[in-house]
Amino acid sequence: MLEIKNMHVKLEEEDKAILKGVDLTIGSGEVHAIMGPNGSGKSTLSYVLSGRDGYEVTEGSAVLDGHDLLDMEPEERAAAGLFLAFQYPVEIPGVGNMTFLRTALNAQRKARGQEELSAGDFLKVVRAKAKALKIDADMLKRPVNVGFSGGEKKRNEILQMAILEPRMCILDETDSGLDVDAMRLVSDGVNALRDANRSFLVITHYQRLLDHIKPDVVHIMADGRILESGGPELALVVEKNGYADLLKKHGIAEVA
Amino acid sequence: MEQQIEVREGVDRETIETVQNMGSYKYGWETEIEMDYAPKGLSEDIVRLISAKNDEPEWMLDWRLKAYRRWITMTPPTWALLDIPKIDFQDIYYYARPKSMETRPTSLDEVDPKLLATYEKLGIPLKEQALLAGVTAPEGERQVAVDAVFDSVSVGTTFREKLAEAGVIFCSISEAIREHPELVKKYLGSVVPQSDNFYATLNSAVFSDGSFVYIPPGVKCPMELSTYFRINAENTGQFERTLIIADKGAYVSYLEGCTAPKRDTAQLHAAVVEIVIEEDSEVKYSTVQNWFPGDEDGKGGIYNFVTKRADCRGDRAKVMWTQVETGSAITWKYPSCLLRGNDSQGEFYSIAIANNMQQADTGTKMVHLGKNTRSRIVSKGISAGRAQNTYRGLVSIHPKATDSRNYTQCDSLLIGDKCGAHTVPYIEVKNNSSRVEHEATTSKVDDDQLFYCRTRGMDEEEAVALVVNGFCREVLQALPMEFAMEAQSLVAISLEGSVG
Repeated sequence: MLEIKNMHVKLEEEDKAILKGVDLTIGSGEVHAIMGPNGSGKSTLSYVLSGRDGYEVTEGSAVLDGHDLLDMEPEERAAAGLFLAFQYPVEIPGVGNMTFLRTALNAQRKARGQEELSAGDFLKVVRAKAKALKIDADMLKRPVNVGFSGGEKKRNEILQMAILEPRMCILDETDSGLDVDAMRLVSDGVNALRDANRSFLVITHYQRLLDHIKPDVVHIMADGRILESGGPELALVVEKNGYADLLKKHGIAEVA
Repeated sequence: MEQQIEVREGVDRETIETVQNMGSYKYGWETEIEMDYAPKGLSEDIVRLISAKNDEPEWMLDWRLKAYRRWITMTPPTWALLDIPKIDFQDIYYYARPKSMETRPTSLDEVDPKLLATYEKLGIPLKEQALLAGVTAPEGERQVAVDAVFDSVSVGTTFREKLAEAGVIFCSISEAIREHPELVKKYLGSVVPQSDNFYATLNSAVFSDGSFVYIPPGVKCPMELSTYFRINAENTGQFERTLIIADKGAYVSYLEGCTAPKRDTAQLHAAVVEIVIEEDSEVKYSTVQNWFPGDEDGKGGIYNFVTKRADCRGDRAKVMWTQVETGSAITWKYPSCLLRGNDSQGEFYSIAIANNMQQADTGTKMVHLGKNTRSRIVSKGISAGRAQNTYRGLVSIHPKATDSRNYTQCDSLLIGDKCGAHTVPYIEVKNNSSRVEHEATTSKVDDDQLFYCRTRGMDEEEAVALVVNGFCREVLQALPMEFAMEAQSLVAISLEGSVG
């Protein structure tokens, strides 16, 4: 489904390489986790894949279902089935969550040549999905992420995911800032969306999220590269020993 | 044979219009119609001619001449933060009327089909079951009466009979001068005096048409009233005059819309709106101003120099101004409230968008004279391109206006880094029992917000429109339903090309 080959990325503003040759292949229905210390390039990878300004891909490719992602605008990537759950979801004052969701869904449908959903049909979809995710109606009426708690913001991301039904979901440190209960709620939401036709890339610092969202493959990333890949047990090793041993093994100086 | 040519021409014209309409300003086409013009320039003779064209009584002519004689001694105001090119007042037509309007149509059926087609195309069909554009409601559910002003004349007013049943007078001002002289004499110039300012004085001398509304005591106007202004003729100024009187315990909601063709040369629009609000009555006045804003380089467009004022004369009188200012090359406009009656209330909700080379200096005046008066100002200014956008507002609480309150919220939004937003509040409080609050913010459309929207599938322009509509929400909510939908899409259209 998603195939990243030898991706090199530097910051546009300064001559600083962030990703130094990332290779990653995620098959349909698979859940991959990327772990790594601060500054390893995990979030950069999610931004580059979703098309944020400020990064320059100097080498390599990223292909989603045959679409050359790097050649597309962010909204085209979305319509092609890519979704990024933000680490820090953005507030949009004055724009109701419902309006936002409907505008987004209809923009994607339009881009794919599908008919736009009427207000009534949309309402039915949202109500059903919100109920499944245990999101109360009040949150749908409020402006996008404004005054939301950390947990509400992350659940709102999952709700968007449920409504937009992407093929490839990237979760960028979705666990950050969540207490144990909120993490369980969010994880339940993600697990409910697991499907043979939908893949996930879960970016996290901590193993504990992976107790809830069980990955098929775990990658350890540092210094802009994937150092090691393995099964869920790899996450447990990191949890127990930290990154220091791994970094030393691969000859990388520890980042403060 | 002639018929055939006509059809072919029509087809060609349509093609041209379609192409023209692909630009962002949808209303930039012009109606080809034979016009009668007064000679260019302004003199006492022109004032006499305008008065004669309208079959006005002597007292009206005298009133105009008095204004003209004062105007020639005046100079244009320069205090606004606007760069106004010198206007040659002798190079303007002060009167332009479609030839077909020479004999006044007695009903809409007699109006030139070309004129009716013009309004139809603008989304303002002059039929009596029709609603404003953008809304499809079951027939007869909600009706809006329209007075349509084309250049210097009113071409027709709908629903007059139905309104007359309720005792409401809704007609063109030229007709009111002839048919209801006692009302016009009593109220004209009583809110905006002839001497008020340069453009109001000019308007007093040369206004050619506009709307007149009288709601009798205790009557709630059975439908919304609206005036639609269209400038069509080239090098012509539009000087309309609107007079609205809500007698004791009356209520009316009034809507105003405006458009003009795309042209390289700038055109002057200097209107005056006077609203008289008696005891326990309420008037809502909403404007969606969409005059041609000029092109990206600031060529052409309308100079919108307008004086609008409401006078809450009686106790507990209420007025609410709502404006969405998206068009015009230059806007100079301060819809104001005189809160004379005790417990009277004034509200001002404004969205002003300036894109490309547009300039706007707009705001309000809240003059508290009566006891326990209340006012509320919510202004949302949006600047994009190389535009300059100024909020200028006065809150004045006089010594006798005890226990009065004002709340002002003034937000500016910047798109890009070449535009400007300015806030110039004047606050005068002359007693100790009143309270004034002023809040102001300036923000930029945030790249993170746009990126967030785009990762959800919206393109850049959709994203900007969404964020800006969110920014304006409080004001959009204050608009009547018909206008709110129109205004929302207008916000998006006005900002086309403002990013990227």
